[in-house]
Amino acid sequence: MLAYAIRRLLISIPIILISTFIVFLLVTYSGDPLANLRTKQPIPPPQVFAKYKHDFRLDQPVLERYWHWITGVVHGDFGPSVEGGGTLNIGHELGHRLIVSARLVIAAMIIAALLAVIVGVVSAMKQYSIPDYAFTFTGFLFLSMPVFWFAVLLKEGAIWLNTNAGTSLKTIGDTSPIVGPGAWAHFTDAVNHLVLPTIALAMTSYAAWSRFNRASMLEVLSSDYIRLARAKGLSRRRVLVRHALRTALIPFVTVTALDMAAILGATIITETVFQWRGMGTFLLDGIRNLDVYVVLAWLLVAALIVIVFNLIADLLYGVLDPRIRYE
Amino acid sequence: MSSRHDERLRSGRPNSGSHSQQTEEVSSPNAPLQGVALERELAGAPDREFTVAARSQWSMVARRFFRHKLAVVSLVVFVAVVLLAFVGGTLWHYNYQDLTGDYSVGPSAKHPFGTDSSSHDTFAQVLRGTQRSLEIALFVAVVATAVGTVYGSIAGFFRGWSDSVMMRIVDLFLTFPTIAVAAILGDQLGPRANGWLWIAVVLAALIWPYVSRVVRGVTLSIREKEYIEASRALGASNSRIIARHVVPNVIGPVIVTITILVAQAILAETALSFVGFGVKAPDTSLGLLVSVNQTAVQTRPWLFYFPGFFIIVIALSINFIGDGLRDALDPTQTRVRA
Repeated sequence: MLAYAIRRLLISIPIILISTFIVFLLVTYSGDPLANLRTKQPIPPPQVFAKYKHDFRLDQPVLERYWHWITGVVHGDFGPSVEGGGTLNIGHELGHRLIVSARLVIAAMIIAALLAVIVGVVSAMKQYSIPDYAFTFTGFLFLSMPVFWFAVLLKEGAIWLNTNAGTSLKTIGDTSPIVGPGAWAHFTDAVNHLVLPTIALAMTSYAAWSRFNRASMLEVLSSDYIRLARAKGLSRRRVLVRHALRTALIPFVTVTALDMAAILGATIITETVFQWRGMGTFLLDGIRNLDVYVVLAWLLVAALIVIVFNLIADLLYGVLDPRIRYE
Repeated sequence: MSSRHDERLRSGRPNSGSHSQQTEEVSSPNAPLQGVALERELAGAPDREFTVAARSQWSMVARRFFRHKLAVVSLVVFVAVVLLAFVGGTLWHYNYQDLTGDYSVGPSAKHPFGTDSSSHDTFAQVLRGTQRSLEIALFVAVVATAVGTVYGSIAGFFRGWSDSVMMRIVDLFLTFPTIAVAAILGDQLGPRANGWLWIAVVLAALIWPYVSRVVRGVTLSIREKEYIEASRALGASNSRIIARHVVPNVIGPVIVTITILVAQAILAETALSFVGFGVKAPDTSLGLLVSVNQTAVQTRPWLFYFPGFFIIVIALSINFIGDGLRDALDPTQTRVRA
């Protein structure tokens, strides 16, 4: 098991290297990083261009540039940034924004997974009942609803509640600029800001996951060993929790990990609507400013997260399913 | 509609001989068509007590699909939306760029979806946006499915090291969030002439790996089936096995995948346009309309709700069609024994 984990980790290294190189080529050839500078009025003096070219290593061949970048990253240097006149430290900013986004992603994934398991079990137990049809329909509805539209709708709902029911749900930003003293005030402020984006982000994953759980529960419930467990006289509850649910949840672990890339994508949209200063808006601002090293840093982190999650899922699969043995 | 659809599906019957789905039908190689069976009976030829007409696989699939009420209703809705966007847009008395002179008025008989602050007719804009979004989604679905199917079936059929290499390439694609890479490319390609087509190409290039995974999985399971072994024992070549046995059996999951992809592509395109890296003005799409009008949601709600409503109707109807097709094409399906 340990040997397998180590081997998988080692295989991940060349995958990271190849994928970052492809991304590096893609970003390098997708546009001119000096385009915004060229259209500036008045046109900056040639020294400025020369400095940018040097700082961004545009005067070096691509392979050399990639080598400088990837070795820099290993040492914690993510390269120069356009923002703030080149003073922005990408690594520092990335770390800060990663924490902001991680709150949102983790909260949304936990809520989506819990809801999906509950709904999947209820739907499978009472197949073709009214709750099953209702859950199926809402599942399909959320599967078909654009995140951004739902997010704006949530914002509107919150504003309506705030004016009519006296609640104080935060609709914009990840934290308030001024928060009362004490850690508790900071905590409640952060949670308050978290509520709406979490619902928006959770719903997209919930839709697909609840469908998946329903299908896998149905399959397990119709298998022979469940019938045997019931025939032995075990209670419905015990059969459901100890025998059926355990088996049904194993493939679900893999599904959540495989969806990681999609969740990161949905986070970009959610953060845009709620104007969070997280990873998503960091990427979009980077693209708009033609800030190549910001974009590269973002993609690197995203790829790392996806690869690590897949590794964890594979290992967990081995722990949960005794039929699988890694050598 | 129904009979034409039936006919189209029926025309696929020469392939049906090799299908695993045949278990449900009482098939007789001598009486493949009802007409033939009847003819024989009339001629007094049958040496059996009763004759059972065999149903082709596709007619069974069609029968099962048309019993799925929600799927049939969704098909009607989807066709209606497509007609509305492609035909209705040209018939409507306003063009999406026309300045009507009515500024920010709510829905009325003259402007069913109201107008915006520059006096554009929202109904015309939504129709045009729907057209654009559908064009992109259909392009993505067809191209990604074609590429993914060929790629996945080759990897699955030949297995071995070529499969490993091909699937590692797919893994590379799956490491990055689609929307992020699409935004990077869309930023450069969106503003070009025919920007929408470029967006479609980018999305197709990012989505085909998902299809290839599905197809590879199906191919892997099919190639282990007994009928493939039997065919090989009879001396069939690889190309014959692929054409006669693998392709017809992969078609089912592929059709379902296409429908899911149309829905996903619509959502991806609208999300991309929403964050500003997809379709750009003066062209329009449903995502762009929602993006432009999200600030007007309180003052002129019609600007925001109608384009979003169209996205949901399209994606929802396609998802239900896909669900109906999945049930209809599922060989283990016994609940609706048509």
